[in-house]
Amino acid sequence: MAEPETSSRFLKLLPGPLRRPGTPQNGTGNLIDSAKEAPADLLGWVDERTGGSSQMTAMLFRKVPKGTNWFYTLGSATLFAFIAQALTGVFLAMYYTPSATQAYESIVHLTQDVFLGEFVRGMHLWGASVMVILVFLHMARTFFFGAYKYPRELQWVIGVVLLILTMTMAFTGYLLRFDQRAFWATVVGTNINGTGPLVGPFLSDFLRGGAEFGPTTLPRFYAIHMLLVPGAIIAMIGAHLKLVMTLGTTAPPWLRADEASKARDLRTEKVTTSLNGGSSDAEEVNEV
Amino acid sequence: MNRAEKEAYLREYEVLKKKGKPFFPYAVAKDSAMALIVVLVIVLMSLILGTEQGPKADPTTTTFVPRPDWYFFFLFELLRIIKPYQLVPIATIGVPTICMVLLISLPFFDRGPERRPERRPVASSAGCLTIIAMAFLTYVGASAGPPTEIDLATKPELEAGKNVVLSSGCLGCHVIGDNGNHGPGPELTEIGVRRSAAAIERSLRVGPDLMPSYSNLDADQFDDLVAYVSSLRGEDEEATNGE
Repeated sequence: MAEPETSSRFLKLLPGPLRRPGTPQNGTGNLIDSAKEAPADLLGWVDERTGGSSQMTAMLFRKVPKGTNWFYTLGSATLFAFIAQALTGVFLAMYYTPSATQAYESIVHLTQDVFLGEFVRGMHLWGASVMVILVFLHMARTFFFGAYKYPRELQWVIGVVLLILTMTMAFTGYLLRFDQRAFWATVVGTNINGTGPLVGPFLSDFLRGGAEFGPTTLPRFYAIHMLLVPGAIIAMIGAHLKLVMTLGTTAPPWLRADEASKARDLRTEKVTTSLNGGSSDAEEVNEV
Repeated sequence: MNRAEKEAYLREYEVLKKKGKPFFPYAVAKDSAMALIVVLVIVLMSLILGTEQGPKADPTTTTFVPRPDWYFFFLFELLRIIKPYQLVPIATIGVPTICMVLLISLPFFDRGPERRPERRPVASSAGCLTIIAMAFLTYVGASAGPPTEIDLATKPELEAGKNVVLSSGCLGCHVIGDNGNHGPGPELTEIGVRRSAAAIERSLRVGPDLMPSYSNLDADQFDDLVAYVSSLRGEDEEATNGE
């Protein structure tokens, strides 16, 4: 069944007989008519070259399993928190100076002088907490629903990598505000990395840009925070979502295929009996 | 899961999926509602709680509380719980690394076909215990702060050094007498007995292990600090010295 469909897939993309742009169609060379058709024509043009509409259709109208409930929105909520962080981060980067001498002042300027500066900075600050909480909630849902099991093992591994990357964002972002508490906490934090076996000292030297916390440290944290890790996060989210498309989301673990149909039968049965005049059942329906 | 179990799962999933609803608009509606809530929460938090900015970072004055953001409190508290000071690397690197390895490899050692949490007692209780432990450590970390007093009797000529200790956040990680936090650093009440003044000075200058270096302090302050810390010889003796 699938065979002929795939072979004719590309033929289906052809939007009828091709015509040159600007050639009047069916003799009605009306400018307004062709203007009306322009959006459809444009979409058709793009679709012919990308096959995008069939992918969109497959993405949007794929079925999600029975029983999908609010717990299943935690993943996309995390994604939205990340998007919010990315957008507010872009605006903060427009005003931030990643140098040990000017970073603090640039934040004070952003907070006090720039229009809506404090608001956007607050969104980024609290958005980080919201994102960390959502990541953990999403992971807890996956864990307790057994959703990491076959065939979604890789999906879980990518998820844990995303958790580590998110915590790296939290760690590197803390220093950027460059006040006393953040500075000394990061000194201790990089020292902690340094106590690790083998790679520990190299890692903390890399983070600090030397053996000591110096003028190179802040630009490093800045570059890691807004280029390296976000890039890795975006790539990993892409892989995560691709696997969601391929494997589908899980159904709640309590749901069995036969029980699901049974439950539905039970419900219809109840409605029929109540319709048939069982008085107590009728009341129940009214209450509902 | 063996082959038959895998096939049974895939078959069942296929049925449940067929009975489900299309992603658009049903799941999209829920996801959009959730996205709206997320953005609303962030906006409200920003408007109500605002932003915070302490005094500017300054390597030469260490009036700091070396505390991480709240999401790392549980790691920081772990440092305090693992008492022997020589085991600190195990707390800092060992435990988190083991946790991460366990977490990543979870689907490779937990391969049973059962998915309902109440029928996976080991996994579920381990998960609950982890959550409780992390929540508890985060709570303890949030409520811990360094004291601003040292109750030990101090000779008048050492008062300056005591003030440097207080303003440098030493008590965030060390205990002196009845004050301070147990860990990550060792107790300092009798440090003068255990270490020579030269060794203490070297430690303060280098900053061994987790400890930051204090070599950026003013020369006077640094000398006061060394003098005070190396004078710590336990409660009783200190009291008699003070008289």
